[in-house]
Amino acid sequence: MAHINVPDGVPGIRSLVMFRPETGQHLYALAEVLLRGDSTLTQAERELMAAYVSRRNECVFCSSSHAAAARCLYGEGDATVDDVLNDLDASNISPKLKSLLQIAGKVQILGKEVKQDDIDVARGLGATDKEIHDTVLIAASFSMFNRYVDGLASLTPTNPEEYKEMGKRMVQGYVLPPNNS
Amino acid sequence: MPYIKLESHLPGITGLLEYSKDTAQPIRDLTQVLLRGPSSLSEAERELIATVVSHGNQCVFCTTAHTAAADLLAGESETAACVKTDIETAPVSEKMKALLTIAKQTRESGKSVTEDSITRAKVAGATDIEIHDTVLIAALFCLYNRYVDGLGTSLPENEEYYGVLADRIVYHGYTRLPQGYDHLKGNNR
Repeated sequence: MAHINVPDGVPGIRSLVMFRPETGQHLYALAEVLLRGDSTLTQAERELMAAYVSRRNECVFCSSSHAAAARCLYGEGDATVDDVLNDLDASNISPKLKSLLQIAGKVQILGKEVKQDDIDVARGLGATDKEIHDTVLIAASFSMFNRYVDGLASLTPTNPEEYKEMGKRMVQGYVLPPNNS
Repeated sequence: MPYIKLESHLPGITGLLEYSKDTAQPIRDLTQVLLRGPSSLSEAERELIATVVSHGNQCVFCTTAHTAAADLLAGESETAACVKTDIETAPVSEKMKALLTIAKQTRESGKSVTEDSITRAKVAGATDIEIHDTVLIAALFCLYNRYVDGLGTSLPENEEYYGVLADRIVYHGYTRLPQGYDHLKGNNR
């Protein structure tokens, strides 16, 4: 049971933004610009960052749904998402993306954990200012979303099929659900 | 030195919001609704939530700025100083103590918010919207604090800067100044 009176049977953040669309519209707008807006990081890479940070925050709803969206974007049969979530160091992704995910992991702990060395490594592997900025802001944003979703104890589905469907919908974009659905 | 190239006359969050205006827009809009929009929590009370969370996250820029805003709104500086030290003995209502405790737990992790602290807030008269907004303000400042420190933004060289900033967020709010921030060049470091 959620801590507050959100619509029955609606999962995760969806139930919270339906409870309070005044704030929800801006939360969805932020997710849309961060994860779907113009960037030299692919949408798949950005969804992977969202899933990675959410997993580290142990937010089952956000990590499962963003992992599903990332799997959709990487394509059927691609093991990148699960490899990264299982063991970032051993995963077979580009060194640049790995260095950015390492920065995201530090941000998840606390802003102060990110050191000049972490930035130098990413930059040495070709990361731009904008990519470093977007990585930090995605990680910071999911440190917010995860706390919002779990702090109010919103409904977390346990059926993997539900997340698969959610992932497909998320790939289409982050659109505020109608108030009365 | 910040980790990315930001305008040197804009310390802390202010340089980041100008660096990336497309992401700044929803962050500003969300903050404006949560901290300045219609609410049964006063603006001073909402700034106290921002202050307690920023302090817990050791974010010097945000803590100093929101302490200054809370002080300006309350017309005194004792309350903000006290809530940072010990919520239970601070001169705030039982309802605010309960909400600030929820904010503190949210800062640690969403999973740290207990049934007991929610029940305590409800018994003290907190509404669902007040509990919702408390959790979301706390979560939002977990974003801000990580954004500001994660990119190594600089602190203002002059402490008076915080007074100017508090004045802006109290009397103007969190939306972007229509004229931008170029007028601050040279006199606000």
